[in-house]
Amino acid sequence: MSGFRTLLYKEILRFWKVLVQTVGAPVLTALLYLLIFSHVLEEHVQVYPGVSYTAFLMPGLIMMSVLQNAFANSSSSLIQSKITGNIVFVLLPPLSYLEFFMAYLIAALVRGFTVGLGVLLVGLFFADIEMRYPLWILAFALSSGAVFACMGIMAGIWANQYDNLAAVQNFLIMPLTFLSGVFYSIHSLPDFWQGVSHFNPVFYMIDGFRYGFFGQGDVDPWLSLAVVTPFVVLLSGLTLMMLKSGYKLRH
Amino acid sequence: MAAAVRLRGLHKRFPRVHALRGIDLEIAEGEFFALLGPNGAGKTTLISILAGLTRATDGSVSIMGFDVARQYRQARRALGVVPQELVYDPFFTVRETLRLQSGYFGLRRNDAWIDELLANLGLADKADTYTRLLSGGMKRRVLVAQALVHKPPVIVLDEPTAGVDVELRQSLWHFIRRLNRDGHTILLTTHYLEEAETLCERVAMLKEGRLVALDRTENLLRGGGGRRLVLELDVTELPASLRPRLTGRDGARFILDLPDYGDLEAILASLRQAGVGVCDMALGQADLEEVFLKIMHGVGHDTPEQA
Ligand SMILES: Nc1ncnc2c1ncn2[C@@H]1O[C@H](COP(=O)(O)OP(=O)(O)OP(=O)(O)O)[C@@H](O)[C@H]1O
Ligand SMILES: [Mg+2]
Repeated sequence: MSGFRTLLYKEILRFWKVLVQTVGAPVLTALLYLLIFSHVLEEHVQVYPGVSYTAFLMPGLIMMSVLQNAFANSSSSLIQSKITGNIVFVLLPPLSYLEFFMAYLIAALVRGFTVGLGVLLVGLFFADIEMRYPLWILAFALSSGAVFACMGIMAGIWANQYDNLAAVQNFLIMPLTFLSGVFYSIHSLPDFWQGVSHFNPVFYMIDGFRYGFFGQGDVDPWLSLAVVTPFVVLLSGLTLMMLKSGYKLRH
Repeated sequence: MAAAVRLRGLHKRFPRVHALRGIDLEIAEGEFFALLGPNGAGKTTLISILAGLTRATDGSVSIMGFDVARQYRQARRALGVVPQELVYDPFFTVRETLRLQSGYFGLRRNDAWIDELLANLGLADKADTYTRLLSGGMKRRVLVAQALVHKPPVIVLDEPTAGVDVELRQSLWHFIRRLNRDGHTILLTTHYLEEAETLCERVAMLKEGRLVALDRTENLLRGGGGRRLVLELDVTELPASLRPRLTGRDGARFILDLPDYGDLEAILASLRQAGVGVCDMALGQADLEEVFLKIMHGVGHDTPEQA
């Protein structure tokens, strides 16, 4: 148990020591999106009645940051440890694969939430953001963050070099998060793309999360939760199996 | 005595290499043991299996009686490994590294022992330096300290002295010897055979994944040529009566087999009888390096002799 706590502490300390890169940079990126999109679209788009475009944009940006950073934290930590070889420091001690999993998962969530909170704080300067249903907000942040943290663990273990990881990031993570209704309501899309979006689980993550803020969404939050929860179960299961087998960690 | 390390029918197959081909080995508690072998013999693979970093293809492995797969928690707690590769975590200082490593083993307040480790490994003044800023030899010292944070009864050192200066080699061995005296079992690999010769009670030699020698150090030294007499004579031919003893020549010097010091008298008598004068004479013993080369190249192979 205390081995787990130390690993968790180490994983948090790792990104905390380089906060400028691990939290500062993604918050700045979100800020740039916010400035550009709200400047361009504020006057032209109103998605929900009584909600300004900038306010509408905020939950999506926060969620996107949570997801991308949860993924980045576990994946980059693992690939770095593998490439530098210091992964042996955590493979030699008597840590179970479950402890290993929980430590990387929770650390990824902490990083995701830290960045998400940073984006929220910055956003407060630009728009009034109400948070009507904090429990929905929390439920979607946790479940969705966990899905991406698991993907990060798997990608970090699978990847042999940074290039592999960049490929996952560019061809999977970015499209999934960008084409999920962060910047728009899918109701504003043509029918075809609306249909396609419904197959993107990230759409439900963001829509449910946004519902927590405004009490309005494209679909019912319970439906979103029903879509996201199986992904949490599936991906944690896969990640645990991978860790238990020792795939690419213990030959 | 219980076995600190026990290997039974150990095999390891990599996709292209059959790295370990049936190893049976037992290391007793409290032993100072050397595992020798040329590059690629399988030493690191064997150690990785002990440490649970690699899984055996076949066979069983236990540390202090704990199976490394089924009782991995107890087995890993009983084992400290200094890896061959010079690895470090660039995010942390030396002290942070050691505190974290202690924590992984469930030790929350370990500073007294950490300080002792730092002092004994000449790292006391580097405690708050980031490991990435240390020199290669210093990084190696940190690895040694990391392996010892949980005072493991079995300590495995995979080439701990590669790239380490003379002073640390001395102090490192002094420290490891002390640990051995206190009851820790030591398993060591090294390519500096004189280290193994002076430190280790027992030696195993590995060649292409097989054990080709396993014996007490003194037995190996005896078997590998034993004592010998080096003679420099005032003639170029050895008297006929001594030829059966000749094992080699080194320039003008003759190297004679001398299994028993009692034979010395007889040899000198033969020389006198033949009227041959002795210019120089030395007694010697084959060292582990010679024994090693002999075993690796197969018995009977002539190896360059040193005076
Ligand atoms: N992960 C791996 N995948 C494939 N082959 C491997 C792997 N690790 C080791 N080998 C092979 O197994 C054999 C034994 O390697 P090992 O590292 O155990 O040798 P060693 O005795 O430690 O050598 P050295 O003295 O150079 O450290 C070599 O042929 C090596 O190429
Ligand atoms: Mg090796």
